[in-house]
This record gives sequence, structure tokens and C-alpha cells, in this order.
Amino acid sequence: MGPRCSKAQSLLGASEVNVDQESSRAKWRDAYDQSTSAHSRGRTQSGVDVDPVYGPSDAEFPGVFPYTRGIHPAMYRSRLWTMRMFAGFATAPETNQRFREIIAAGGTGISTAFDMPTLLGLDSDDPRSRGEVGRCGVAIDTIEDVADLYDGIDLSSITTSMTINAPAAALMAMFVANAEEHGTHRSLLGGTLQNDILKEYQAQHEYVFPPRPSLRLVRDTMVFATNEMPRWHPLSVSGYHIREAGSTAAQEVAFTLANGLAYVELARRAGLAIDSFAPKLSFFFNAHIDFFEEVAKYRCARRLWATWMRDFYGAHDEKSWQLRFHAQTAGVSLTAQQPENNHARTAIEALAAVLGGAQSLHTNSFDEAWSLPSADAARVALRTQQVIAHETNVTQVADPLGGSWYVEELTSQLQRDAGQLLEELLEIGQGSMLDGCLSAIDSGWFEGHIADAAYEHERLVQSGERIVVGVNAYLDDAPGSSPTTAHASGEDSQVARLAEVRRHRNSENVAHTLASLRADALDPSINLMDALLAASRARVTLGEMMDTLAEVFGRHQVRAR
Amino acid sequence: MTIRVLVAKVGLDGHDRGVNVITRMLRDAGMEVIYTGLFQTPDSVARSAVDEDVDVVGLSILSGAHLTLVPLVLEALRTKGSDVPVVVGGIIPDEDADELATMGVAATFGPGASLERIVATLEELVTRR
Repeated sequence: MGPRCSKAQSLLGASEVNVDQESSRAKWRDAYDQSTSAHSRGRTQSGVDVDPVYGPSDAEFPGVFPYTRGIHPAMYRSRLWTMRMFAGFATAPETNQRFREIIAAGGTGISTAFDMPTLLGLDSDDPRSRGEVGRCGVAIDTIEDVADLYDGIDLSSITTSMTINAPAAALMAMFVANAEEHGTHRSLLGGTLQNDILKEYQAQHEYVFPPRPSLRLVRDTMVFATNEMPRWHPLSVSGYHIREAGSTAAQEVAFTLANGLAYVELARRAGLAIDSFAPKLSFFFNAHIDFFEEVAKYRCARRLWATWMRDFYGAHDEKSWQLRFHAQTAGVSLTAQQPENNHARTAIEALAAVLGGAQSLHTNSFDEAWSLPSADAARVALRTQQVIAHETNVTQVADPLGGSWYVEELTSQLQRDAGQLLEELLEIGQGSMLDGCLSAIDSGWFEGHIADAAYEHERLVQSGERIVVGVNAYLDDAPGSSPTTAHASGEDSQVARLAEVRRHRNSENVAHTLASLRADALDPSINLMDALLAASRARVTLGEMMDTLAEVFGRHQVRAR
Repeated sequence: MTIRVLVAKVGLDGHDRGVNVITRMLRDAGMEVIYTGLFQTPDSVARSAVDEDVDVVGLSILSGAHLTLVPLVLEALRTKGSDVPVVVGGIIPDEDADELATMGVAATFGPGASLERIVATLEELVTRR
């Protein structure tokens, strides 16, 4: 069911978003007065009184459609962003230890980085995994590893996020089955699954199955979460990787929102009411180095999402209109040369995310151009957020850059550019964003756009037109040396651990649950979560589940160029 | 003579921003570039290198698995009787670059390596053969 193109045209008229400006301030006032922070008093360091937001009476205000200035009326006065640090390396016990260090240092959320084999659904003892186990993240093979990973962490007060896509449904099943084996019912579990498979074909390239059967798995997780896990966010629509792959800011916004709208259509095709699941969607954006452009990017993304959800898809719940997002500072902006300079880059990027109204933030460590972060470097990265949150006073005023002629114009310009790309995708899909995204994946449209932008950036750096400090300007006389490798990968111990799990499990159970999974996969009307949960409990490995599904779904073939 | 280069991604590493850019820039520099696409095995890389009769092979690895994967590619090439020079680009710490050189890698290019240096090195390697 494709919404009509003609209606979209009117949405894309850039800054002419239909804001009822007369009442924006009044609506904000009402909402603000009802918030717990209504009586909080803002003051500068020197004692000057500060209002919670500034703007003339005909301006937009935060917490009011289309949320350009933020989704909450009091923004950080009511609640700081979640300081969610992304970590994962070697084996589950070692990553668990790092999680505990982050929490002890004041981190308020954790996010799990998986290794390449896990991201691609391969077991640690698979020959293709050699050399990659525990290298770029933590290795997870079975429910036993999930138990070790989150052991002793209070998942009711510290929410966890899992950065996994192709095998996301299987990891979610292991997570739920593990929690239930330890006495926590699924309905109580909070957390976020990245599960954004569309951007894998567009940018990140950690896919397993072809796009369409992959979307069935996304559908199954969305339906399962909507019906059984009220506190769970089954999908984090991610522009981060699109930007890291080289896109422009406008492309990052457009492709991410297009994917988000595609998932909205997917859920509706599965019979879910839009307002039953859209409030569960969250987003994940890059925080890059062009400071004002990034602030404008977040503002325009919120405005576009709210407008499309209300006016094009007919959502009624305000929570469906509000774009909530996590941000991560830009890995690609970090330089291997003079790595200490990366502290400055990360601090500036983190500030852009905060001034742009992020709900959650990860700050990169200065040593990440070379390796996974050391514990010390990760702590400084977290401290950078704490300095912004508690010393700079930027949290007192919502959207403090709103009203700047430059930022307002940049917001509108990015909105026009992103809006045009959204319109183009809708046209490709003949009125359906889901079909548009799929067709554009098939034709290489996304990859072409991203590769062109990446090439242009590199050309500017190579020619010296774009300065990167320590790379093409201000070089040190003495060549620096790379930091020493941070950790051993733990490959041998993980392979041994997996062998032990295989030895102690009931092989009949394994065969039986895999046969059920295969049978369910053959019938597209069946939700695969129950079969994946049963397999998880039977200690079936991630690789076994994914291989079984691949027998039915096939594997995505790479296009050579 | 136009230099023929095989550019390859080996292993599970999906990071292809660098390999896409370098493929295009080497073409701009007048080379003939064949790009394998993602997720190649050491054996498939060696086969392509021999089948395409290239002058030089460039491996792109950003996952940290270079010390495992590069020797496998070198071995596969030797098995096929090829002595084509192999260069590696990616996140290669200095001590690993030394180790790769000992294994027989002709050059490594770390983050921020200039295109100028890459082109000059490839030209020199091919001329020397």
C-alpha cells in the first residue's frame, strides 16, 4: 500500500513546514510547566539567570511539532542524555569486565560491539573466522556467551544496546532466553537492537541473506517486541555507518529517514498499527567535525521525520512523530597521525551532538584510529561527556543555537537537499518508500551516491584543499609511532569454550530445534522468534541458526565492479 | 605500458570506503584496476591475480586480521607459481608492517598514505620486475 506521491511533494517544500507558530510557544509553556523541571532555575557560572529556552513569540519551541528544537520541552533540564559507551573485544568475560569499568566510571548505558564473525553469523570455530575472532568486538557463539557478557549487570537500571544486524533476530532470541533462564520475564527487558539491515546493503556491508528475507526477520522482531516486550526497542535506524562510508550530511539524513519510513511500511504490511510500534523506533546518527552543519542536521532530521510521520503516514501519537536519536562521534575523523589531536576532535563533535539535542551519546577514544580503545582512553572519552554535561552549562537551555541566522538557514538547506533525495526514493518505489529502498539497493543507487561523496572528500584532502591537521598540514618533523596493540583476541579460549558447550548440550534437542527453525522459515507467514528462542535454549550456536536459515533464504551475492 | 592492479578485500572485513576510493584514484592515475569485491578468500584472490595476469596485488584490510590473512594470500600465490608483488593497505601498526615485510610484502600503506606515494611505489615495484 503506497501513499501518494503528490502528497509527498507538498511535504518537501523545505522550510515551509506547516508550523502553527502562533501556538508553538503556548504549547511549549503548557508542556514545560507540567514537566518536573518547571521549577529548576538556570544560572550562568557568574550568576546570570537563564531561561530554559529562548526565542520570539512566533518562533518554534521544543517539545512541540515538528520538534526542530528538540523532542522534550525542557530538554536536558529534565534529563541528561544517556552516556552510552560502545565496547566489545575478545571474549564475553573480558568485555563484561570493561562494561563494569564503564559503569563504575559513571557511564549510564552500555552498547555491545560484536566481532566480525558474530556480525556475519559465523561461529568462532568456523575456518572463515580465523584471525577475526574477538578482534573488532566480542565473540558470541551461544546463549552461554550472552550469559557471561551481561553477568552481574543490572539491566533494569543500565540499558543495553546490541550493535548487530544480519543475525539480530538470533541474538535477540539469545538475549531474551538468557534473561528468562535467570528469572527475568521478557516483558521487563529494556534495551535496543540495531537490527537495521537496509543500511548494511547501502553502506556497512555486513549482510548474510538477501534483502527481502532479511526484512522478514526485521518484521518478526518488530512484531514480537510490539506484542511481548513493551520496554524493548527492536530497531535503531542508523545513519552513522552511511556517513562513515563517506556520505554527505544531507545523504545521511535522507537515507536514514528513508530506511526508517521503509520499516514503518514493513510493520504496517505486517498488520501493526503505526502508533503501536513507531514510538519504539530510535535513530543513530554520526557526530562529525563540521560543527554547525551537524547541529543543523539533527534539527532538520527531527523536522522531516515529524512531518512525514504525521502528514504522510498519518500517525496520531506524538511519540510517533518524535525522532529520538543516539549519536556517536565520527570514527573517520580520527587520524592515526598525531593521535592526541583526536581528543579535540571528539570533544567538538560531542558538543555538536549535545547542542543538536541527542538522547544518547558515545564518544570515541583518541586511539581508535589504530585499534580498539584502551581502558584509559575509553575513560577519557567518557569524561569528555561528563565535562560537557556538568561543567559547560550548555545543558540549561534547549536548542541554544536556534535562531542563529546561519544555523536556521543551514537547517532549511539540508532539509531541502535531504527532502529531494527522499522524494527521489519515493518515486523509485512508485509511492512506496520500502519498495524505493529495495530497488535502490538492487541498482546500487545508494552505494553510488556514497562512493561519489567519499571520493570527493579524498580528492580534496589529497589536493590540500581540505586541511586535516597532522595528515596534510602541520606535520610533525619526527614521525610518530603507532600505539601498541591493545589486547589479545582470545581466539583460542573462545574456540575452546565453544567446544565445551557443544560437548555438554543435548544433540537431539539441537537437531529438533533446528528442524523446526527450518520448517518455520519455509512459511513466510510464521514469526521465527519462537523457533529462535527454542534453539537458543537448546544451546544451538549462532552459526548453526544462520546456516539453517541460509538454506532457505539463500545468501546475498556480492556485485563485482 | 599500463600497469594492471588487482585490488582485493580478503576475509570478513566489510569496510570498503578506502578500497573504493583507491580503486578510482589508481584509475585516475592511468592504471588498469580490477576490484574483487568483498569477502574474498586467499585462494580466490590468488586465482584472480593469476587469471587476470596482473602486475601487482593490493590487499585492503581494516579488521586487524592482516597477520593471519596476508601469509595465507602469499602462500596461495606461491602455490600457483606466482611471484607478483603484494602490497597491503589498512590499519597496520608499525611493528606489524615490519613483520609483513619479513613475510614478503612489498609495501604497506597506513592511514593517510598519500596517493602520490602509493602510485610511485606501485610504479617502482612493477618497473623493478
